[in-house]
Amino acid sequence: MVGRQLRNLMREPIWIALLLIQPMIWLLLYGQLFSRVPSLRGGAGSYIEFLLPGIVVMNAFFGGTWAGMAMVTDLDRHVVDRFLATPASRLSIVLSQVVRSGLIAFIQAIVILVVGFALGVRVHGGVAGVVVLLVAAALVSMVFSGVSHGIALLVRREATMIAASNFVGLPLMFLSSILITQRVMPHWMQELARFNPVNWGVRAARDAVVYDRNWDGVGIDLLLLVAATAVTSAFATWTFRAYQRTL
Amino acid sequence: MAAADAIVAEGLEKRYGPVRALAGVTFSVRAGEVFGLLGPNGAGKSTTVRVLTTLTRPDAGRAFVAGHDVVHEPNRVRRSIGYVPQESGVDREATGRENLLLQGRIQGVPGDELRRRVDELLDLVGIADAADRVVRGYSGGMKRRLDIALGLVHRPSVLFLDEPTTGLDPEARAAMWVEVERLAEQERLTILLTTHYLEEADRLAERVAIVSRGEIVVEGPPEALKRDLRGEAVTVELGDGQGAEAAGIVDALDGATETTVDGRLLRTRVPNGAQAVPAILSALEGSGVRVESVTTHRPSLDDVYLHYTGREFAAEDVAVDGKAAP
Repeated sequence: MVGRQLRNLMREPIWIALLLIQPMIWLLLYGQLFSRVPSLRGGAGSYIEFLLPGIVVMNAFFGGTWAGMAMVTDLDRHVVDRFLATPASRLSIVLSQVVRSGLIAFIQAIVILVVGFALGVRVHGGVAGVVVLLVAAALVSMVFSGVSHGIALLVRREATMIAASNFVGLPLMFLSSILITQRVMPHWMQELARFNPVNWGVRAARDAVVYDRNWDGVGIDLLLLVAATAVTSAFATWTFRAYQRTL
Repeated sequence: MAAADAIVAEGLEKRYGPVRALAGVTFSVRAGEVFGLLGPNGAGKSTTVRVLTTLTRPDAGRAFVAGHDVVHEPNRVRRSIGYVPQESGVDREATGRENLLLQGRIQGVPGDELRRRVDELLDLVGIADAADRVVRGYSGGMKRRLDIALGLVHRPSVLFLDEPTTGLDPEARAAMWVEVERLAEQERLTILLTTHYLEEADRLAERVAIVSRGEIVVEGPPEALKRDLRGEAVTVELGDGQGAEAAGIVDALDGATETTVDGRLLRTRVPNGAQAVPAILSALEGSGVRVESVTTHRPSLDDVYLHYTGREFAAEDVAVDGKAAP
């Protein structure tokens, strides 16, 4: 099932190109835009170095948020019904899609990192830092992929999906330290950001990659993300059962 | 349950909220038979198929497919059946071959055998040339063929075809009929197909069941159903408010049967339309009933349906649509 998801992805060269180029654009655009404001980068060597983990996680986050669209398409085209009439595990029909999101985010993270190296970014946390970055990206993507699939299975309409994704997308992005260090955020936003899974991912990735510090906190953030992934996957599975009941 | 029955449905009931989709569906299909479920949209055909393919559970009643209980042994049923959903259930971003290989793996067909089977099926349904092209570029007919091949990867004994030709142009539909006939022969399959085309059921099915409002109203070989409907239907458009009076007059005429009135439309059945029309007209006009138009036609699906349910096929379609979009 996961194989099917990845193969379909490889078949869309333009999409792959966009998937890989878009984070570069963020990186360069934001990198240039905010590099003039030293207070944003919170002690990192350069703004682009500060920004890189944020872009990796943002990318994973957006990827996950939109992942449910594939489920809407599969539902519309009765692909799901065809799978349901086979002995395939009911669980794997949904969870393969969530895993796919994680893998895509993982691969994108590698590519962004390579470009970062080319731009002179250094990973202060070494190999462990790189691993944390990639794992955080995969987990953030899976957390929101679970939510997105759950919503997809409940509403089953593309237009509603787009509205829902936009509704959560930007607020959660700005309620995190993707673009700026947490210290320069207003106090109430800092408080809200503590409950934002996107921010857990950014914090873990940035501590590991940029600062090589607070490894306990990194561990906790990753565990929180694992827990969140479990919760949202359970939500997706539950909505899938609900969908089956409507058949 | 006779051993030779591939599908047995007994008193199936299913409710979606206030809508009673199945109100006690009972029928059986012999092994190796092509059986047609015929009815308008929303009659319960697809729901019946979803119960028999284990996609949904019935609220009441029992069903056995290939000898297995659909509620208690769903995985055994799933291994024995091929299911071709109503709209194309193919993955459009994958090639035909990839679609088949994935389906085979899900069904647990071992590697070597699967590759051979896929080649065989691509030939069988006539899309071997397009096997390695992405499905998005297929024509509607090719997609349907691939759909059917997907249902056959694991050599099922029972195949469910849910509206196999809906959305196809007449040419592709005719080609699909040939295909289904050939499959039934070559793969020695039991096929249950749903359709709302009488001619399709007529052409393909050895036996037909007409479904209306969640019930089977009549069942039998198509020839027998048509034989019951000998004669012609006459439709008379009346002036306002004279329906009841007109119905009484027409029904009293020699040879007219099954006279019904729906608003300004009066319908009746006569042995010979050309002879009956002048008699109907003179009888009505003699009694002062205004006639706007008269038409006659040979038995159509509408007439079969009307005959057995007392309701019009097209009207039922509208009623169901109205319910779906409150």
